[in-house]
Amino acid sequence: MAPILEIRSLSHVYSTGTPFEHEALKDVSFSVERGEFIGMIGHTGSGKSTLIQHLNGLLKPTSGSVLFHGEDIWRDVKFTRSIRFKVGLVFQYPEYQLFEETVYRDIAFGPKNMGLTEREIDERVHRAAGFVGIEEENLQKSPFDLSGGQKRRVAIAGVIAMEPEVLILDEPTAGLDPAGRESILQNIRDYQASQHAAVVMVSHSMEEIASNVDRLIVLADGTVAMTGKPSEVFSRAQELIEIGLDVPEITRVFLRLRELGVPVDSSVFTVEQAKDAILRLKRGGAPRA
Amino acid sequence: MLKDITLGQYFPGKTVVHRLDPRTKLVLVIVYIVALFLAKNFLSYGVVLVYLIAVIEISRIRLRVILNSLRPLLFVILLTAILNLFYSGGTPIVSFWIFKISKEGIVNAAFMVLRITMLIAGTFMLTYTTSPIALTDGLENLLSPLKKLKAPVHELAMMMSIALRFIPTLIEETDKIMSAQKARGADFESGNIIARAKAMIPILVPLFISAFRRADELATAMECRCYHGGEGRTRLRQLRYAGRDLGAYLTGAALLAAVIVLRNFGL
Repeated sequence: MAPILEIRSLSHVYSTGTPFEHEALKDVSFSVERGEFIGMIGHTGSGKSTLIQHLNGLLKPTSGSVLFHGEDIWRDVKFTRSIRFKVGLVFQYPEYQLFEETVYRDIAFGPKNMGLTEREIDERVHRAAGFVGIEEENLQKSPFDLSGGQKRRVAIAGVIAMEPEVLILDEPTAGLDPAGRESILQNIRDYQASQHAAVVMVSHSMEEIASNVDRLIVLADGTVAMTGKPSEVFSRAQELIEIGLDVPEITRVFLRLRELGVPVDSSVFTVEQAKDAILRLKRGGAPRA
Repeated sequence: MLKDITLGQYFPGKTVVHRLDPRTKLVLVIVYIVALFLAKNFLSYGVVLVYLIAVIEISRIRLRVILNSLRPLLFVILLTAILNLFYSGGTPIVSFWIFKISKEGIVNAAFMVLRITMLIAGTFMLTYTTSPIALTDGLENLLSPLKKLKAPVHELAMMMSIALRFIPTLIEETDKIMSAQKARGADFESGNIIARAKAMIPILVPLFISAFRRADELATAMECRCYHGGEGRTRLRQLRYAGRDLGAYLTGAALLAAVIVLRNFGL
């Protein structure tokens, strides 16, 4: 089966022909399959934001192409616009883009632009609100009266309400407290599971990436530096650190343990796995000199 | 798209024009405008034009940049030309229906176009070669005598520099909000005027909210650093006149003198 999204040797140059010319992406290729949870990491300025804006046709590639179910999204203007409903993009700090008088109407903005009927819109708003845990009584409130975390949920619901096949999020948990972070991640996982959608999440938190994603894409200087399962990527700790990234803290502990001569498995990147690894080690009773 | 707007844009450089004291440049722009409005025949216009071209040449600002900055005002320039062409009186050369074109009309129209173009190009030379911060410093300094009359000169200058400082920030913000609303299927390009105006609401509301939020944050940050206005403040950049400023003032005086002479004893 063809992947939902396929990016083929995409390059993007900003301000071509001026002194400010800057090549943000160079020959990037990857694909997104149905039901996948992809993590995207990269240093600031590595091209993550530029890349995700190509996935729903907000930016046009300088060269290369973006295929949605095998069709070039830049085929014609109408098609490009329709892609925006199928590839939902949640920007960084999305709560700053709220504008309607009520939460309900803000969430309904996307579905309304899709040209759905009143009834469908109503259903979708309630469904989306359900996914992100906004209570019924809050739907008629002004979004500006809500707390920061609640606003973020409303903004995410505004994209989820379009029920995209691919949901892209740029640092959805930035600036939230730990409880808020975990619950937003849970909301995203719920949406993914129920719609069998693909999710692409940009994050700076290696822990978040490690415990959520199936596959990782590492960007460095506008190119894909590494790609693979978290276990594969995080086992290349030294390379990650060289491009200004990191591995989860727990992985660092285990790498250090290995350096000290403890025969542990160093492909550990969540606390759960760490527990198992230590238990295995104890059961195995490996002698420590 | 939005980033292409040149609004008092500054082109950094190291030419003599760039290095002049902002006060000198401000005064010279005023002298230039006065000279431009005093000019009333070919020769006096010619002198002002030569002065403008010399400044453009020395500052190495490309002509294309200046022509581009004139483009938004093309309509005003054309309208003035047309009005002058038909309503200048004098003896008509060509006439049809209620329109009469006279020799005076043609001359007046040409002069008006020249005057407006040179006015805009001249003032743009100031903002192209002077950084906004230097400009407000210069303005504050030139207006400081008004402090004696209890005019809030420092506060006005501060407001100006803050406003200038936030133009790029707000443009960037607008770009971001537009992308975010486009991602939700907002359409800014199609539909009639009313539909398009309505489509602006999802941009304007968040933009205003963020502008107020920024203003609030900035005010708090300034208070945290004990900002309390102009009284007794020293400055990071002291304005100092140099030899070149004297030279520039002399060219300004010469320009004004030449225009007055040519105007009154015009050839």
